Amino acid sequence: MSLFKVFDVAGGAMNAQSVRMNVTASNLANAGSVSGDPEKVYRARQPVFSSFNESMAKQTGVAGVRLDGVVESAAPLLQIYQPDNPEADVDGNVYATNVNTVEEMVNMMSASRSYKNNVEMINTTKDLLLQTLSLGR
Amino acid sequence: MDIPAISQYEQALKFRALRNQVLSSNIANADTPNYKARDVSFADAMGSARHESLNMTKTSELHNNAWGTTSDGTRTSYRIPNQMTLDGNTVEVDVEQAEFAENALQYRASLAFLDGQIRGLRYALKGGD
Repeated sequence: MSLFKVFDVAGGAMNAQSVRMNVTASNLANAGSVSGDPEKVYRARQPVFSSFNESMAKQTGVAGVRLDGVVESAAPLLQIYQPDNPEADVDGNVYATNVNTVEEMVNMMSASRSYKNNVEMINTTKDLLLQTLSLGR
Repeated sequence: MDIPAISQYEQALKFRALRNQVLSSNIANADTPNYKARDVSFADAMGSARHESLNMTKTSELHNNAWGTTSDGTRTSYRIPNQMTLDGNTVEVDVEQAEFAENALQYRASLAFLDGQIRGLRYALKGGD
């Protein structure tokens, strides 16, 4: 019964979106962090999604979502002159993280909307299946 | 015994279940880079139930299919987006949601018709009661 596959597909997508939400939370939590060593500064992380079973999708019409991994942003760090900061290096500079707060807020909204869409999809499909079960009663 | 009135709605239900699956894949992949939205056409599915669809002849297994074909012979084709996105994704969530809602409603309609047919048959079998 092909309706059952919807649960797998939507479940996978919800998992991917919740990872995205976690990564966003981690980015926002570290948005204010600075360090004297550019190597040790927190860098913004982004999850990478890819389509699962893309080659099979032509036959079955089903393509789930898979999380390929989490990559660190290569955006430049902000160098701030703060000689009285205990973290400052010999030149009196600290490096701020490259997390973009506005971008992360938008990411969070987008992830939560996508998650809700998948929940709705599961609810609708569940209703359809339940109605099918009571057919002819 | 194959009752035409029932098997016709069974076909329709199968198609609606398949389309539900295809559309849910689209919505699930709304944020996947390079994912191309797909759909199946009702006219196509019902047409291929009646006569052979116009597929190109393949003389070698290495030839690509002009369209993807699902296991029950319905073609999946790519949707043409209204607006392009930078990451190559062609899913437009609002369009997909509207189609999904419509499809769920059509599924319910087919179920209701099928239910009506079964009720009618039962009524006839009982001799009206």
